[in-house]
Amino acid sequence: MKKYELVVIGGGSGGMAAALAAREQGVREILILEQGEELGGILLQCIHNGFGLHTFGEELTGPAYAERYADRVAAEKIEVKTGTFVRKLGRGRTVSYVNGQEGYVTIEAGAVVLAMGCRERPWGAVSIPGSRPAGVWTAGTAQRYLNLEGYMVGRRVWILGSGDIGMIMARRMTLEGAHVLGVAEIMPHPGGLPRNRRQCLEDFGIPLYLSHTVTGIRGRDRVEAVEISQVDGDRRPIAGTEKTFEVDTLLLSVGLIPENHLLEELGVSLHPRTRGAVVDSSYETEIPGVFACGNVLHVHDLVDHVSREGEQAGRAAAAYLKRGGSAPGPEAAIEAGPGVSYVLPQRLLLPDLKAGQAQVKFRPSGRFKRARLELFLGGRLLGTVRKRYLEPAVMETAGPELFAAADWDTWDGEALSLRLTEEEEEP
Amino acid sequence: MRTELDCIVCPASCHIRIETAEGGEVLSVSGNGCKRGAQYACTEVKNPVRMVTGTVPVEGGKARRLPVVTSGPVPREKMSAVMEEIHHIRVCAPVSIDDIMIKNVCGLGVDVKAGRSIGRRQP
Repeated sequence: MKKYELVVIGGGSGGMAAALAAREQGVREILILEQGEELGGILLQCIHNGFGLHTFGEELTGPAYAERYADRVAAEKIEVKTGTFVRKLGRGRTVSYVNGQEGYVTIEAGAVVLAMGCRERPWGAVSIPGSRPAGVWTAGTAQRYLNLEGYMVGRRVWILGSGDIGMIMARRMTLEGAHVLGVAEIMPHPGGLPRNRRQCLEDFGIPLYLSHTVTGIRGRDRVEAVEISQVDGDRRPIAGTEKTFEVDTLLLSVGLIPENHLLEELGVSLHPRTRGAVVDSSYETEIPGVFACGNVLHVHDLVDHVSREGEQAGRAAAAYLKRGGSAPGPEAAIEAGPGVSYVLPQRLLLPDLKAGQAQVKFRPSGRFKRARLELFLGGRLLGTVRKRYLEPAVMETAGPELFAAADWDTWDGEALSLRLTEEEEEP
Repeated sequence: MRTELDCIVCPASCHIRIETAEGGEVLSVSGNGCKRGAQYACTEVKNPVRMVTGTVPVEGGKARRLPVVTSGPVPREKMSAVMEEIHHIRVCAPVSIDDIMIKNVCGLGVDVKAGRSIGRRQP
């Protein structure tokens, strides 16, 4: 069986950053396995600009951002197999893949970085009454058809969900000549960034119906109309508020789910909130030597953050290879308390805490204007950090300042918890 | 005329109201939390500009479509005119990132350039 030091599964932004970081740390035999025909992942179909402000200090399109990393992978002579689908991951870090040249092959890896990204929540996962005609697409699939293949999926379009992909597709299809009649959002506030609301909807006069959802699809062979209804505080449709719009296409922008079939087949339990693996502060999963980064770990809002996380996972994998095993030392579990939707990593290595190097990422469960972020050990308050303008769509980080005041030498194994509360308005 | 918009300068997302006279002159800006917000709101009302991106067919390339992007922002009301020009682009591989596809598109002083490189498809 062929053996590599490091196998990276997925050649998108997370995987490329991980491979490059591991190479920088001196890892020689690295293999990237990518199911697409070239490196880049989902960035290749995200042709709008706005990527890379943190990484490169300029706003790039998705393909341009991907190309900068792919060029570095080529310059480092890192081996890449494209058109290659990973079928199985073994607990002993065997990786079985299939492609057109080699057939079905199993290799061995000293360490593995998972960077498979995420997939869209499909039609079947949102309950929409009505018939099942052609013309219902997830927004990302429609984006792929339009931007990579050159096909328009429809002419008169309705969009369910106001996430960024849905809004970006509203603009894209409008500029290509389609008529986007509106966007329905079940929540009372928009899902995506204000910038996209302004530049993708308001620029083209596309109405956004907040607290509305699609309650019916009409049409036998092809979508002929959608019916939308207002919803109440519990997101239940209110009878009598139905409106019908004649469209031939319905796009769904209703959430992303980490692509974790490899871990699920191994019986690894996924975190109920992130739907990704549970990791420690070196991004190592519960399987020794298997690391995770990017959208397969938790869905990100900025590609720059994916690249940073890929680098962290790549460096950690390199350290694992050098050490010949997982990072030593006990771990403190940290969980999301009131006001926090999730916190990551879920386990903090004690040496990191002692060295003042612990860092967490978290998402608020609601909107906060002036928030107090508090770290508790059991019932005891350890540290407080103040944060402004938090919203669920934007991932936040908190660094060592949150953990500094604790005496980690006397820590007895109790779990940490992170809480967010709104501060009183200033008088 | 009264325009309302959510500021995109920072995460505070202030809700800004702008009053303009008949000729487009800004009479008042309110709701903004800082000077940059007022500046953004005035630009949005007087002369909003946007980047334009699209894709065009490629002959003989490893990919079928080439993404293109303007080299700078264009006036918002010129976006459709720029798209119209983009629709006429036909290219053959190989293409290098930043290759100019249309010089000075619609006389706006910006170019339409290749958003990525595409190598030749091996026969």
